[in-house]
Amino acid sequence: MKERVANDLSDLPMHGLHTASVTWWGTLAFMLIEGTGFALALAVYLYLMSIAPTWPLDAMKPDLLPGTLVTLLLIASVVPNMLVSRWAEHRDLRKVQIGMVVMSILGIAPLIVRIFEFPALKINWDTNAYGSVLWLLLGLHTAHIITDLVDTLVLGALMFTRHGDNPRRYGDVQDNAMYWNFVVLAWLPIYGLIYWIPRL
Amino acid sequence: MRNGHQARQPRDTQFERPALEAALAHTWRTPPGLWGALTTVDHKIIGRRYIFTAFVFLALGGVLAALMRLQLAQPEARVIGPDRYNQIFTMHGANMMFLFAVPVMEAVAVYLVPLMVGTRNIAFPRLNAFSYWIYLAGGLLLWIAFAIDMGPDVGWFAYVPLSGPQYAAGKRADIWAQMITFTEVSALAVAVELVVTIFKQRAPGMSLDRMPLFVWSMLVTSFLIIMAMPAIMVASTSLILDRLVGTHFFNPAEGGDVLLWQHLFWFFGHPEVYIIFLPAVGMVSTMLPTFARRPVFGYLGLVMALIATGILAFGLWVHHMFVTGLPRLGESFFTASSMAIAIPAGIQIFCWLATLWDGRPVYRTPLLFVIGFIFTFTLGGMTGVMVASVPFDTQVHDTYFVVAHFHYVLIGGAVFPLLGAIYYWFPKITGRMMSETAGKWAFWLIFIGFNLTFFPMHILGLQGMPRRVYTYQPDLPWHGLNLFVSLSAVILVAGFVVFFIDAIRAPRRGMPAGDNPWNAATLEWATSSPPPPYNFARIPVVGGSNPLWEQPDTLAVASGLRTDRREVVVTTLTTARPEARESSPRNSIWPLLAAIATTIMLIWSIFSPWAVVWGSIPVAIALIGWFWPKGTPEDEA
Repeated sequence: MKERVANDLSDLPMHGLHTASVTWWGTLAFMLIEGTGFALALAVYLYLMSIAPTWPLDAMKPDLLPGTLVTLLLIASVVPNMLVSRWAEHRDLRKVQIGMVVMSILGIAPLIVRIFEFPALKINWDTNAYGSVLWLLLGLHTAHIITDLVDTLVLGALMFTRHGDNPRRYGDVQDNAMYWNFVVLAWLPIYGLIYWIPRL
Repeated sequence: MRNGHQARQPRDTQFERPALEAALAHTWRTPPGLWGALTTVDHKIIGRRYIFTAFVFLALGGVLAALMRLQLAQPEARVIGPDRYNQIFTMHGANMMFLFAVPVMEAVAVYLVPLMVGTRNIAFPRLNAFSYWIYLAGGLLLWIAFAIDMGPDVGWFAYVPLSGPQYAAGKRADIWAQMITFTEVSALAVAVELVVTIFKQRAPGMSLDRMPLFVWSMLVTSFLIIMAMPAIMVASTSLILDRLVGTHFFNPAEGGDVLLWQHLFWFFGHPEVYIIFLPAVGMVSTMLPTFARRPVFGYLGLVMALIATGILAFGLWVHHMFVTGLPRLGESFFTASSMAIAIPAGIQIFCWLATLWDGRPVYRTPLLFVIGFIFTFTLGGMTGVMVASVPFDTQVHDTYFVVAHFHYVLIGGAVFPLLGAIYYWFPKITGRMMSETAGKWAFWLIFIGFNLTFFPMHILGLQGMPRRVYTYQPDLPWHGLNLFVSLSAVILVAGFVVFFIDAIRAPRRGMPAGDNPWNAATLEWATSSPPPPYNFARIPVVGGSNPLWEQPDTLAVASGLRTDRREVVVTTLTTARPEARESSPRNSIWPLLAAIATTIMLIWSIFSPWAVVWGSIPVAIALIGWFWPKGTPEDEA
């Protein structure tokens, strides 16, 4: 088949940013998958609650302190997270490097508090279905934090290498920041369900 | 500095045609030999592998079906014992749904969608390689378990309490649950790749309303996968937890609930039907215009029907649970939605009929399968409307009537179009035609064999024959029809044998096909058969829905891409205006290593919860190796 050149693309950038980036869309799609998973886990909680005679089922209400502390830490982390994203937008390597270190610490901090959060549930996973679903929710979200923390650590290390100062990396940093916001956002309904529904 | 830098970057504008093809072939090639096979990220090679593997599983599942028909041909037969029979019908269903039907549709899309939208590789090609290995591992897990008498025996839906810790000792149910994890991970990965490829890598000018209908159908299907498959993963994970660490999600004695399983399973399970059916619909809508020799009638209506089906698919799941004693009002809602989904199905059927009626149909093998599909699927759709009604469903639930219904829908609605699609796209994939004579034999044997095999099952069901029984007594009135069904299955098997022989023979002996043997209108036919590693030497520029009919002699293309790095064009979501020349990853061994690490973790976790902790470390290492930049031109920006 003969060809006729109708369009010259030489001047296009060699990497797409924001909605022109395929990884941005990929991150969004994975957020949709995980968001659906969380929504279903929440639905399982509500379903089990709807058939239970009392709620919490044969257990004390969970302790508020560790969970609330995690919530505050996560909400506070959004501010530096947004700053890192903005610095990445401006391709400010030094600030991004500092920001990634800060975000690594802010990823580890809630995990440390979470060690105390599991016993604060006041029930084990194998006691009854109420305990099972609580551990499922908290387990899922812990896995969520760990995943993003590992991503932040690796990407943070990468920013200190010769591969760091590259628009592609800054895009990765922004996608990672977007994902962390999602980790924080996904926590809020779980927090409400675990700690406040039993207190209604 | 930028100009000096650019001068060293070779562009496609600097080359004459043969030199350009050589340069691109060098950049995009998969090296020959084992290493090349293990590291490739070419969507065509991976797609071919996926299709081949899925058809192997189809053949294996067919053997299981034949064994069941052998056992049921006469009352009190002793061919297969009850325990093995339980494993066989479970394996047949699980294999056909999770290892054949969904993967094969995604496989065809992995091969075709990038070609149809005019790009050089699928988005996230390494994830694509990973997804294939994971799929293969899941399939091997299921079949090796079956071979050592550890095959799941709890039905493809694995209802609790039967599959729970109390009634399913051993690891058979865990094999089922973990096979789910493998296949869903791979399906979700492909769904993400397809969504992003379709959203962002369409050829310049291919606005949403110019997309081939198969691409539309895969877009909707991918969203169904993304929204539905997490449900089965939540379900199978909770089942494994119940069985391994003593949680009580499905244990009524401790506040759990067995119906919770059914809700989660069917919230996935019903959209699953459309995950299989919608790609088939897309294949039909894409093949039909070629053989009717006119553009498809009612493009907008067909797209709307796809989207409407996708949305309604999430409002039907309770119709699988009509006999569980749910509230009446709820049941009525699901009856209404189950009947409503017949409306978009009807719109599509009338659009296809109109296309045929107004065209000048050429009755080649793919069109025969399409017409066989329209006939068979309509019958299956009508029994679907019947079982949507609660009183009727209560009568035929768990009988052979339902077996007949869903085989009409799944084989008639998905396998017929798929076989037509294989005949249709085979020349593109291999460069050679399948035999028209063998194709006609295959079609008529399969079409007649199928109807003779499955139509009598409606009657057996109405006569009260239950599903999943390994035998029946001679004084029951089912003997004659069962024998008839089993004999008819021989005709069906013969048809598939003809198909398989032709498909194995044709890549070497078939007639050379040329670029566009059917004189079709979509972009995959604008390149050679089989396509070169880079798909298109220059990216096509599209001005309509049927590009090759609208510009039959000269194809409009874009230039200015680099030849020394893998480069694809990223375009805007709706109008496909070029935005960037994005790089596409090179071959890599890391997806295979990540898949091996993931496989070890998942299988280990059937036996110990600590596998998740220790097993995830190699997975993390493999992922870091995968994403760590290698300093190739693809990393430039």
